[in-house]
Amino acid sequence: MYVSYNWLNEYVDLTGVTPQELAEKITKAGIEVEHVTFLGEGIRDVVVGYVESCDRHPNADKLNVCQVNIGAEENVQIICGAPNVAAGQKVVVAKVGAVLPGNFKIKKAKLRGEVSQGMICSLQELGIEDKFVPKEFAHGIYVLEEEAEVGADALPYLNLNDYVLELDILPNSAHCLNMIGVAYEVASILDRDICLPKPELHESRVEAASKVSIEVADQDKVPFYGARIVEGIKVGPSPRWLQQRLMAAGVRPISNIVDISNFVMLEYGQPLHTFDFDAFGSDRVLVRQAEEGEKLTTLDDTERTLTSEDLVITNGEKAVAIAGVMGGADSEVSDTTQTVLLESAIFDSLSIRRTSTRLGLRTDASSRYEKGIDRNRAADAAARAAELMEQLAGATVLKGIVHEGAVEVPPSTIDMPWQKINHVLGTQLLEEEILSVFRRLRFGAKIEGDTLHVAVPTRRPDVTIPEDLVEEVGRTYGYDHVPATLPEGSSTTGQLTDYQLKRRKVQRLMEGAGLYQTVTYSLTTEEKAHLISSIDEQKHTPVRLAMPMSEERAVLRVGLIPELLEVVRYHLNRQMPNIKVFEMGRVFHADEETLTDLPEEKEHLVGALTGTREDSGWYSKQQAIDFFTVKGIIERLFDAFDLTERVSYEAADREGMHPGRTANVLLDHVVVGFLGQIHPTLQNELDLKETYVFELDIETILNAENEALSYTLLPRYPAMTRDIALVVDEAITSGQLVQVIKSTGAPLLKEVKLFDIYRGESLGEGKKSMAYALKYLDPEKTLTDKEVEKVHQKVLEACETQLGAVLRG
Amino acid sequence: MKDKLEALKEEALVAVQTASEPKQLQDVKVKYLGKKGPITEVLRGMGKLSAEERPVIGQLANDVREAIQSAITEKVEALEKKKIEERLASEAVDVTLPGRMVQQGNHHPLTAVIEEIEDLFIGMGFSIAEGPEVEKDYYNFEALNLPKDHPARDMQDSFYITEDILLRTHTSPVQARTMEKHHGQGPVKIICPGKVYRRDTDDATHSHQFMQIEGLYVDKNVRLSDLKGTLTVFAKKMFGEDRQIRLRPSFFPFTEPSVEMDISCFRCGGEGCSVCKGTGWIEILGSGMIHPNVLRMSGFDPEVYTGFAFGMGPERIAMLKYGIDDIRQFYTNDQRFLEQFKRA
Repeated sequence: MYVSYNWLNEYVDLTGVTPQELAEKITKAGIEVEHVTFLGEGIRDVVVGYVESCDRHPNADKLNVCQVNIGAEENVQIICGAPNVAAGQKVVVAKVGAVLPGNFKIKKAKLRGEVSQGMICSLQELGIEDKFVPKEFAHGIYVLEEEAEVGADALPYLNLNDYVLELDILPNSAHCLNMIGVAYEVASILDRDICLPKPELHESRVEAASKVSIEVADQDKVPFYGARIVEGIKVGPSPRWLQQRLMAAGVRPISNIVDISNFVMLEYGQPLHTFDFDAFGSDRVLVRQAEEGEKLTTLDDTERTLTSEDLVITNGEKAVAIAGVMGGADSEVSDTTQTVLLESAIFDSLSIRRTSTRLGLRTDASSRYEKGIDRNRAADAAARAAELMEQLAGATVLKGIVHEGAVEVPPSTIDMPWQKINHVLGTQLLEEEILSVFRRLRFGAKIEGDTLHVAVPTRRPDVTIPEDLVEEVGRTYGYDHVPATLPEGSSTTGQLTDYQLKRRKVQRLMEGAGLYQTVTYSLTTEEKAHLISSIDEQKHTPVRLAMPMSEERAVLRVGLIPELLEVVRYHLNRQMPNIKVFEMGRVFHADEETLTDLPEEKEHLVGALTGTREDSGWYSKQQAIDFFTVKGIIERLFDAFDLTERVSYEAADREGMHPGRTANVLLDHVVVGFLGQIHPTLQNELDLKETYVFELDIETILNAENEALSYTLLPRYPAMTRDIALVVDEAITSGQLVQVIKSTGAPLLKEVKLFDIYRGESLGEGKKSMAYALKYLDPEKTLTDKEVEKVHQKVLEACETQLGAVLRG
Repeated sequence: MKDKLEALKEEALVAVQTASEPKQLQDVKVKYLGKKGPITEVLRGMGKLSAEERPVIGQLANDVREAIQSAITEKVEALEKKKIEERLASEAVDVTLPGRMVQQGNHHPLTAVIEEIEDLFIGMGFSIAEGPEVEKDYYNFEALNLPKDHPARDMQDSFYITEDILLRTHTSPVQARTMEKHHGQGPVKIICPGKVYRRDTDDATHSHQFMQIEGLYVDKNVRLSDLKGTLTVFAKKMFGEDRQIRLRPSFFPFTEPSVEMDISCFRCGGEGCSVCKGTGWIEILGSGMIHPNVLRMSGFDPEVYTGFAFGMGPERIAMLKYGIDDIRQFYTNDQRFLEQFKRA
């Protein structure tokens, strides 16, 4: 909402309050003033001039040589190219030395041999946007009213000495979508009087009711419908003052009739519609629901297909307007219109909102209806418009307003314990202070005993419950006066949940492993969602948005790896080859085609690594990141949560992953994640180097039950270590060997550690030697060589018989 | 005999002094102090001496012996010390060479901001509550006093999946869900951080995905002044002890009264600068007293309970605190950006 300071000054005396001060006060009272603009910004030395004579330039067809009186001793000669310049006009002159918007300085010049001492200005040259310039001045200079005083500062005549306050109107402040509403607000803020327009009509003796009848099908949807008939209209441009009011409000002046209804809408907040009554097609207005599929061509020359949800104005037969949204083209007011039917009505907000949303047609009228308007202002607004039509379009207003529904309804009332205001705000206001707030707001209020009775004016449909009154008091009294206290209620312990604590630990672990945390988008492409298989390969159906803004962000991710690969690629493209990143975030999976319930959401931990393990150093060779780098990080994670013994790894073949370098991660024999290298083909497609990734269902992992932590006695007796090197077939995995060693060596065997793998000709084709260090310990006594030897022998035998291992000689 | 001993002593001491290896000292020891050495020989020949001379020469022989012995011991120590010094000198490193860095990653700046806020409110007795990012229309809107067709729904353009399921537009549904779980029994004191989504085109100041962190406190006799006090504590801890706050009336469908909180500019202290756009104040968060409809729908009796709620954007806070000019930086994850927040 653009509020002209000069216009507002007509309703509330703003003496002593600068536009900036006013803006600050309005903002503090709850309606944010986003900008304050001086309309004459960047203009200097622009005066009213009188064109004494205007002759064709001797050397140029399209130029005129004008002698202009600018109130100085001598006239100045100005060369002007505007087609509409003529002798006898009062015009806007930028004198030599003047400045126009855009820091355009006016200098004495010679145009085709003739001296020009200044410039006669168009509105555009004065900084007014094309779209607000009245069409009669669109292609030429601006002509002022005859009364303008020659030589005077031109800005006031152009209303460029005005300031415009741009108010950000939130849904609860719709009462400030009009000047009267703003005036009430400002009068309350400044605690000053308010002066409202009182329309005075000179109605003819002919009753409007003799020309038209009104019928409303559903009073609930249309609580009030009023119509006035205005005859003998002469359509033409509006006077300057009206044009300037509209321009300051950001509305383009069109013609007197259109301008008047826009003006009254801005002033009263009441949308008005004018029908060309001769084109209306009947003497009967019927407001009803549209028929399913009914068609109407609206003012914007678009054919609209309506549904039975839409309210329409009809002439009894066919629709002539979509109620509260837009009129029909057939009955539009034109330059030749003589009689109008002036509509001022109250329509149901919800109905208007639905229709305008469905049609994608938001108009000044519909947005006001949606947010709620003053129920009691409709008849006054019609009178105000009729008055202006009398004055500005030479029209005759027929007697009376033909209407359905009461012209005025009583204000709603709210009763509440007055102390509740103090209880909610934490203040100690006295009865008088509270009543004084309502006096300033011009709400009827009285306190009887403990009860506060408030009569809420119809202009404030947003105030419906006691809490709304609390807010009115709070914002009027000022929150600066509310003390700062701390809650006195029962005390609570604040702490992270077990899961939240562990999640933070995981993050710190990842950071400690040299990985940077990323946050990527949850919305991704369908294609990326299928790039890499998800942890549970059965759960691979992404959730799709009903109406994505683009295919780039159309589905929710089922895994995070593709997003991290994007991050890796971003860095490769910028010559940063060593990248290690991780992210913890939710993934989403739909188990039905069309969701009827919320999809499954799980938190995953994902990492992506490429390049070398450490940045280049002088002390050692760089080591490339490989499968075991990533596995080491995962092992470290499980170790930190004491889950190592319950975790196993098995080779896996997964979509998008290297078939020989990928493993599933199992917790208690259930797959909870995977790790490995991105499939080389995919790496190429994505312009990646060798990249390793992991994705873990961290939610399941962190929620895994674990025994309570308890201390184990430190061993009092020494452990004995025996090494063993076993030659086995390539196909035998380390996991298998360790499994056999551990199960056979128990309970004395405490630890098995692989320390060497050897392949060589001496072992034979397809063989490898695996060397393990086995640690034996008896917590009860010192082990003897003999005891250890016995178990160790058993371990060896088991490896031989079960896995075909041979002790390396 | 006496002269002979003196001469031996001189000779041996010279040999000790000139020795440069422990081996040479060993040779000196064997040569002069050994069983076949000249001093032993002198002592053996003592029988031939007179009774007067015997103790004198005996004493002298022993003195010579000790003198040589101690000279050898001293020299051995000196040689050893020298050897150690030489070794240590050869072991010296260039202390200005770069160290073997243990590589450390870093948390995302948004994590830093969120954890800081979480910890601050945990200290004030709040717990952290979380909820789904894909949410029911009911929890995202209806339970928050935003019925279908409410014009305030236009304030948040949403990503719908079906008519009743959408990506949450704020973390407020977590508040509704948590209150519901309390079955009308207070106090409820929670902080709800998380990702939210709105139909916005990404640019320097808009992001279709961003973080939010909200707080909720429901109990008997919770007042707007308590909100003001709590937020003052927050502002001072988060932005500096000398911060002032001010509340401005505003509108949110789920609170009544609704207020916005500004803090005095931490850059200029309130005089006006580019950070606060010359106003001296910076808008930080939205808040208010929970709307009775919201309490009622979540099972609390608004006649008995009141509460406050507040919400803010970690991106905005990080942008303000660290002077970040483009919200997309948070989601680009450029390592050179992430690295800068090690201290955060």
